[in-house]
Amino acid sequence: MPMVEVAGKSFEVDEEGYLTNLADWTREIGEYLAKDEKVELTDSHWEVINFLREYYEEYQIAPAVRVLTKAVAKKLGPDKGNNKYLYELFPYGPAKQACKIAGLPKPTGCI
Amino acid sequence: MSDMMDDMEGGEGVVKKFMFVNRKAPHGTVYALEGLEVVLISAAFDQDVSMVFTDDGVYELIKGMNTKGIEVKDFSKTYRALEGYDIEKLYVEKASMDARGLSEDDLIVDVTVLDSAEMASLMAEQDVVISF
Repeated sequence: MPMVEVAGKSFEVDEEGYLTNLADWTREIGEYLAKDEKVELTDSHWEVINFLREYYEEYQIAPAVRVLTKAVAKKLGPDKGNNKYLYELFPYGPAKQACKIAGLPKPTGCI
Repeated sequence: MSDMMDDMEGGEGVVKKFMFVNRKAPHGTVYALEGLEVVLISAAFDQDVSMVFTDDGVYELIKGMNTKGIEVKDFSKTYRALEGYDIEKLYVEKASMDARGLSEDDLIVDVTVLDSAEMASLMAEQDVVISF
């Protein structure tokens, strides 16, 4: 398995760069993974990342993009729970890219 | 779910009745988890999806599961995510529950309990029945 090094510590990632152990995740690792994805993290990004971590904690899965959008709309309001807003934050797919930065596995069914 | 799959939504597709039948205990084999993942994926295709839990499959929905001792992931909470995927037709078979001393209160999600005859007629209505 490939490793990434953040703040002097090594962490295992899978072949696509997703963190292997959810529990390893720290804000610093999130920042490192974001840099790798060329995403500059703002408070709006963190809001979605934190939401995803809470979602995973509750349901033990990374949600499909459609489900994520709906859940964000419910929790943070319709102006954030829509494709335009989420794709602006995470251009390569809110589910795929935001999950990676949040240290979650790739969403189920994601090819 | 893949963004690609989501792109396939919105077409004027045919809606079929898909039933996924879960018959096995949650751990020890990969059936329960694989079955659950297939159902989550199927949600992207806007079909009429229902899930049935029968035989040892009713154990998949047990509340308060603890898998630490066998060192596998506890995915039982994921059944609670089904609602967000618009999969809300969950059925359990009464005889399977009775035989294992279980009631609806022991389960992690809301279900409809059917007796064997009701289950049989529900199965007969389906276009596709897939068993795990």
